[in-house]
Amino acid sequence: MKISVIVTLKKEVLDPQGKVIQQTLNNMGIKNVNEVRQGKYFEIEINEKDPNKAKDSAEDICKKLLTNSIVENYKIIS
Amino acid sequence: MKSTVIIFPGSNCDRDIANALQKYNFQNKMLWHNETELPKTDLVVLPGGFSYGDYLRTGSIAAKSKIITEVIKHSNKGGLVLGICNGFQILIETGLLPGILLRNKKLKFISKDVYVKVTNKNSKYFKEIKQKVLKWHIAHNEGNFFANKNIIKKLQDNDQIALKYCDASGGIKQDSNPNGSIENIAGILNEQKNILGMMPHPERAVNEDIYSNDGKFFFESLLT
Repeated sequence: MKISVIVTLKKEVLDPQGKVIQQTLNNMGIKNVNEVRQGKYFEIEINEKDPNKAKDSAEDICKKLLTNSIVENYKIIS
Repeated sequence: MKSTVIIFPGSNCDRDIANALQKYNFQNKMLWHNETELPKTDLVVLPGGFSYGDYLRTGSIAAKSKIITEVIKHSNKGGLVLGICNGFQILIETGLLPGILLRNKKLKFISKDVYVKVTNKNSKYFKEIKQKVLKWHIAHNEGNFFANKNIIKKLQDNDQIALKYCDASGGIKQDSNPNGSIENIAGILNEQKNILGMMPHPERAVNEDIYSNDGKFFFESLLT
């Protein structure tokens, strides 16, 4: 089954890329943007029919490779 | 002293460091990352470059290489492990060194000469260095060292901060911080002081004719 994961920087970590995007939006005349945080999105095809097992697998993948827990959070979204 | 330089796909400072090690009479061997055994060695070097094209996070894929298991065993036995630039990023991703290297604060790849101050004098790497300030080169996009307050305090208390960016006279100021690193940190050691990770490249400073010979002090200190 297919699992989607979003990885984002933790709130307290400076996200320079997000900041540049926000500033650019402001410069483009879009003035109502206060903050942008940039993240990563993964689609993972797991060879598992049981959704709980697939989720456990995804958790493991996130912890071991997809994120660095010092600065990043992950969310399994489906 | 015997040294081993590990080569990953995308390493590009492997020959530079090998050249520098040989110049200072290290008996050096090159080793491909897919190997499962280290040769008899005192020092393992993870060189600079862009292992695996910096995919996912810098150093993250190389940190899962087969040989890394052996590098961890080597370090657990007290063996020396040196990571330069991408090698530092790999050491962080293996968990052998704490903290993280974020993108440079101003989002630019920085390639320039910097001054670094030796702030640790009791490790094998720096104990013989008389010069307090060294002129070395940096070339990186992710060298902005970050760690939470607890980790920084631990690094300070245990004398694990090895190098700090400074000005020509050794002043550690915001102006002399090229990439936004917390506390101007350019290199750190593990608690036991046998693992060193740093962003600057001493191997690029071993020839006066090219630009600087300040790398010499580092390799000579390591040899003694």
